[in-house]
Amino acid sequence: MSSPQISGQRLGGRRLGGQRLGGQRLWPVHVVLAIGAAAMIAPFFWQLLTSLQSPAQATSVPPDFVPGWRWSNYSEVFTSMPFLRQFLNTVLITVVRVAAQLLFCSMAAYAFARLRFPGRNTIFVLLLAVLMVPSQVYLLPQYQILMHLGLLNTLTGIVLPGLFSAFGTFMLRQFFLSLPLDVEEAARLDGAGPVRIFWSVMLPLARPGLISLGVLTVLWSWNDLLWPLVVANDANQMPLSVGLATLQGEHSTDYPVLMAGSLLASLPMILLFIMAQRRITEGIAFTGSK
Amino acid sequence: MALAKAPSAPAAVPAAAATGPRRRLGVRVGEQNGHPREWIWGYLMILPLVAGLACFYLWPIAQSCYYSFTTWGVFGGQQWVGLANYRAFLSDPQLPKAAWNTVLYSLLMLLAIPFSIVLAALLNQLRGRHVGLYRTLYFLPVVSMPAAVAMVWRWLYNGDYGLINYLLSLVGVHGPHWVSDPRFTVYAMAVVGIWSSLGYNMIIFSAGLKGIPRHYYEAAELDGAGRVRQFFSITLPLLSPSIFFVSVLTVIGGLQMFDTVLMMLGRANPALAGSKTIAYLFYEDVFLDNRQGMGCAIAVVLMAVLLVLTAVQFRLQKKWVHYE
Repeated sequence: MSSPQISGQRLGGRRLGGQRLGGQRLWPVHVVLAIGAAAMIAPFFWQLLTSLQSPAQATSVPPDFVPGWRWSNYSEVFTSMPFLRQFLNTVLITVVRVAAQLLFCSMAAYAFARLRFPGRNTIFVLLLAVLMVPSQVYLLPQYQILMHLGLLNTLTGIVLPGLFSAFGTFMLRQFFLSLPLDVEEAARLDGAGPVRIFWSVMLPLARPGLISLGVLTVLWSWNDLLWPLVVANDANQMPLSVGLATLQGEHSTDYPVLMAGSLLASLPMILLFIMAQRRITEGIAFTGSK
Repeated sequence: MALAKAPSAPAAVPAAAATGPRRRLGVRVGEQNGHPREWIWGYLMILPLVAGLACFYLWPIAQSCYYSFTTWGVFGGQQWVGLANYRAFLSDPQLPKAAWNTVLYSLLMLLAIPFSIVLAALLNQLRGRHVGLYRTLYFLPVVSMPAAVAMVWRWLYNGDYGLINYLLSLVGVHGPHWVSDPRFTVYAMAVVGIWSSLGYNMIIFSAGLKGIPRHYYEAAELDGAGRVRQFFSITLPLLSPSIFFVSVLTVIGGLQMFDTVLMMLGRANPALAGSKTIAYLFYEDVFLDNRQGMGCAIAVVLMAVLLVLTAVQFRLQKKWVHYE
């Protein structure tokens, strides 16, 4: 807005033909980005290729770049680990964690952002301390709590600590603080109480923030390894991340099956990302801007 | 921060004027601490979260600190041993190697930052569909399950049949056994770490770059500054808040590195002894070797190191981070 009128050239990059401000062509940019991108996805191609080969093909020297179309590797994943069960476990764990975090964090975040009560800032700072502490510090006591509750080796146990998030509260509080006050004030003048305002005015306004947090929580929950590894021993109570670790323990040299399993386990998040790319990148950019 | 913007915002909305200046800032004059009814709702709304965080995070943190001064009996029960765990940890023959591995890994991870800045800057030159495509490709490793990623790389690194050594052999290099030779494991893991974090960093930097006002570049161009000069005297300084954020996150994540050691090397790996990280020592002590007190001492030391490092980084940021 405040810039001088070079308007004709300002959006030069949008013009077809690769012309840009200053007349530089864009193809060197494409070359560098494409080489980088190739390096980024090469491991996925190798994974896919190996997952369709026989063990003999996969271990041939020099490597065989022809896929063997051996789909049985994939069916073997389902027989050598309770893949379906673990997939459903992962979905369940993720859904419950996301729902709980969205509810608890948004409620608390709204209160911390907009309601006034004694001790508010002290409590908030105390919760922020959790963000600074590495997970190793609370891991063992969390494990003990589950043991006392008899929840080791259960999905409930895996889910429990992740229902609450200091990070999510912090993030949503920032979001609520950035919302204009006037809508809320208008609702208050109409006689709406804090709960009404929160539920029917603020939550809808906070939708982008909620979606960002939800997406980040999905990603974290789906990929989380250390906690479920510690809690779950029974293959039927494991999420996929731990299932893969055990699969690797048992089939440590059967790379085609391992590749098929790892691809299947990552696939849902990859698809989710492709579908919700904008939300995810926005969510991450939002956390980056505090 | 956000509140500071409020006075100008309602001015544009006539309806807001009706509410009067008394309430504009959300700080209602004369009732600084809110109405007792507001208190009750406030407490009720934070209750579930505060209770959960207190039970599963705050109390456990306190407990771990206590445990770090105790030793555990076979049948449970803790005995106070003072600083014995800390002394044992500091004189643990595994410590120097593990500390070095952890620090080396974190430093190597920082290399991802210049790469991702350059990539983000290049990506920001483009418009339209290509941007989404590149972003997706670079971001795929970030969304892939780390356990799965580690398995794939373990295979890529395979000394005999791996793709990497095959490619090296094409240029006449005889590649080592990357994941079973302790001389190479940390570097091999760092490559995986960098590969997995590039896409994430790029998004942060990309957002940071978009926040740099265009007219700075236009002014620089009028002054005859070239692209490279512009990059170093405009882009980098104005991107420094993002660089700061990413480097703090990188260091915090790097010092806690665990997943890759477990999944890419594995417990049966002969190279494991020389490739352990601090977080791996913690895992081993607490969950494999029944030395819970010692493990908690490691966790507490790790926490202290992280807090000090973060504080130092925040102190240093005044020297190089420019906030507009």
